[in-house]
Amino acid sequence: MKSRLSGNEAVAYAMKQVNPDVMGAFPITPSTEIAEYFAAYVANGEVNTEFVTVESEHSSMSVCIAAQAAGARSVCATSSCGLALMYELLYVAASCRLPITLACVNRALSGPININHDYSDSMGARDSGWIQIYAENNQEAYDNFIMAIPIGEAPEVRLPVMTCMDGFITSHAVENIELLDTGVVRQFVGEYSPQHYLLKKENPLAVGPYDISAYYMEHKVQEAEAMKAAKARILEVAKEFEKISGRRYGLFEEYRMEDADLALVIMGSSAGTGKTAVDKLREAGIKAGLVKIRVFRPFPGEELAQTLAGTRAVAVMDKSEGFSANGGPLFAETRSALYDLKQRPYLINIVYGLGGRDIKVEDFEQVFKRLASIAESGDIHPVYSHMGHRTKGAIA
Amino acid sequence: MSKVYNLKREVEKPPRLTGGHRLCAGCGAGVVVAGVLRALNKEDRAVVVNATGCVEVSTFMYPYTAYTDSFIHSAFENAAATCSGVEAAYKALQRRGKVNGVVKFITFAGDGGTYDIGFQSLSGAMERGHDMVYVCYDNEAYMNTGIQRSSSTPRFARTTTSPVGSAGQGKPQNKKDITEIMVAHHIPYVAQTAPLGNFKDLHIKSHKAIYTEGPCFLNILSPCPRGWDYPASKLAEITRLAVETCVWPLFEVEEGIWRLSYIPKKKLPVEEFLRPQGRFRHMFLKGNEWMIETAQAYVDEKWERLLERTGA
Amino acid sequence: MIRAKDINEHTPWQDLTPGGEIYEPGTARAFNTGTWRTHTPVFHADACKHCMLCVPFCPDSAIPVKDGKRLDFDYMHCKGCGICEDVCPFPAITMVAGGVPK
Repeated sequence: MKSRLSGNEAVAYAMKQVNPDVMGAFPITPSTEIAEYFAAYVANGEVNTEFVTVESEHSSMSVCIAAQAAGARSVCATSSCGLALMYELLYVAASCRLPITLACVNRALSGPININHDYSDSMGARDSGWIQIYAENNQEAYDNFIMAIPIGEAPEVRLPVMTCMDGFITSHAVENIELLDTGVVRQFVGEYSPQHYLLKKENPLAVGPYDISAYYMEHKVQEAEAMKAAKARILEVAKEFEKISGRRYGLFEEYRMEDADLALVIMGSSAGTGKTAVDKLREAGIKAGLVKIRVFRPFPGEELAQTLAGTRAVAVMDKSEGFSANGGPLFAETRSALYDLKQRPYLINIVYGLGGRDIKVEDFEQVFKRLASIAESGDIHPVYSHMGHRTKGAIA
Repeated sequence: MSKVYNLKREVEKPPRLTGGHRLCAGCGAGVVVAGVLRALNKEDRAVVVNATGCVEVSTFMYPYTAYTDSFIHSAFENAAATCSGVEAAYKALQRRGKVNGVVKFITFAGDGGTYDIGFQSLSGAMERGHDMVYVCYDNEAYMNTGIQRSSSTPRFARTTTSPVGSAGQGKPQNKKDITEIMVAHHIPYVAQTAPLGNFKDLHIKSHKAIYTEGPCFLNILSPCPRGWDYPASKLAEITRLAVETCVWPLFEVEEGIWRLSYIPKKKLPVEEFLRPQGRFRHMFLKGNEWMIETAQAYVDEKWERLLERTGA
Repeated sequence: MIRAKDINEHTPWQDLTPGGEIYEPGTARAFNTGTWRTHTPVFHADACKHCMLCVPFCPDSAIPVKDGKRLDFDYMHCKGCGICEDVCPFPAITMVAGGVPK
């Protein structure tokens, strides 16, 4: 079914089609609309979800954890400081192996307070044990949310999933979208039927022990193995999803990478702008390409290395600062992934777009220009730099 | 439960908090948790929720759960929200025909997890009206981390973060009145009780809280031999003195109606409660008589107000 | 279903329950806290009137009750705190030094 929806409405619509058992809801810009749309579905009797309007994001994640442990499929949505307030519980959800689905509408973290897009919120949670899937546009945000459920709930995975979309850029912009029939979605996600849950009559369940050091590490190894297993499951679910939607998804998207010399590694909506730049450069005879990371956790390191193996110079575009003084989080992952290659491309990191700073096609053209010069000269310095900010001395 | 409380019948029920937990010898909280759970009807199931704290780390140390019912712990400050989530799941799954039968939802948190860090979560859950019982086992300090002051610690009490020295005389502030704050939430049932005598007061209030629809709050005094510095065998005596001095009055507020559960025949001076506890030892040093007088005046004032409120 | 009795400090990660879940009631009963005792209560059945006042005061649920009668202590779980002796109105419980029941 063709429609025109904003990213928030698309995700709320996916939630309605899933009709989860429980939703924990708390407003925060720019994800607020998801809870608003869902509240309307509840009020109109279009879903029979238990809609719990809590007093904080800390409590919305607590409600989801407890409800999921009790045997209920649980969802929530948040952004920025809301995700930061959940931080402690994100780890708990993952360590208790509870496949909650969270729609993260990315927004810069305070301070200073800013409501626009970057990935500082979800990047802060990248090591919490959650699967993270990023969308470029409304269609992907909708599709990812539906796929997240059978990914997280698979017995070999049993991990929570965060589906991310760019705040305002994706969440508030109305685009054409292809929606699935509700019956098809219901069948695709199936029933949530955990083997053990708090409300099970046959036997009790105890969740959340004090784990002494004799057990803690084994439980963390289990979690790490589950995250490894998630990679295959994500691809398996993508294959099934293609059957019902005709849309194809992988761990990342390769755009004109077949013979690319110069490439960008990027995430989210900026990839669309980047693709336009790639097209322009291709027309000018430059072998440019782009890799859009869709799945950041588990990180597709080996696959990415194979894709970048044939390139000469790559710019990793981070839309969040890591304050490591050594580059952003996507750069750290990508550079680490390339280490095992016999012949590695030159690699630089550009941090851009913080707090919603725009990036344009011309900016990407500048990046490619620099990559071309690096490919010639081999001079990668500075390896890590910022772009789009005002400065006295610009980088050539 | 038949109308008349019968200790003999109640203790015949299999305990829902088993032995083998790691709470200290003589711990008041173990007695409180077992006592509340005993008030469940034998045939009913429960989901027990814990805030991080002494009880939690002692009663579910992997792979040993001391609960015979389902149990969940997730963090320190979110016990009430956690219980909300379980209750919400129950409602949703019941509506969809996936669960049936009576299940009760009971949260245990210490005073740190209730008065302080878990306060927002508690207030939210009570306001939303979940069908649950929130039990504060009040041992008047952060005992799990080694006796630090909380907003529940009474004035003058010595803790490791309100020590006694040449410039400090224990905690400078009075205890927060959480029970009254919970009454202000206008929930169906709020009560204060303690492990006492034949446990009739604790049992009846627990049963009422569990079987009253909507959010209910119990504040239960849970003496801590380590933190309060008294011999472990003296739990019953310390509790009795707390009640007989009116330091810990027993009362309940049902649908807004205040009721005093017990009036001491002869109200004992507060120093009888203070004297056996090492945490108040400095109050009995020469020159510190004003502390005992101040403590007495505070207890008297609160007791008078309670008498007024309850019309007793 | 993995059972608590099969979990110990030598169990490989593959054989532990995911996330540290436990699927059985009261598995703590298998844990011996009786070794903590420095003093031990002795039950004098002949002096006991089965008033049950000691039972709810036991923090360790270590006083079993059956058919209206309290039985001898569960020494595997009794930590020897002595509350029971303190609350007993009769000479039915005495604390003795040492951890071993006499």
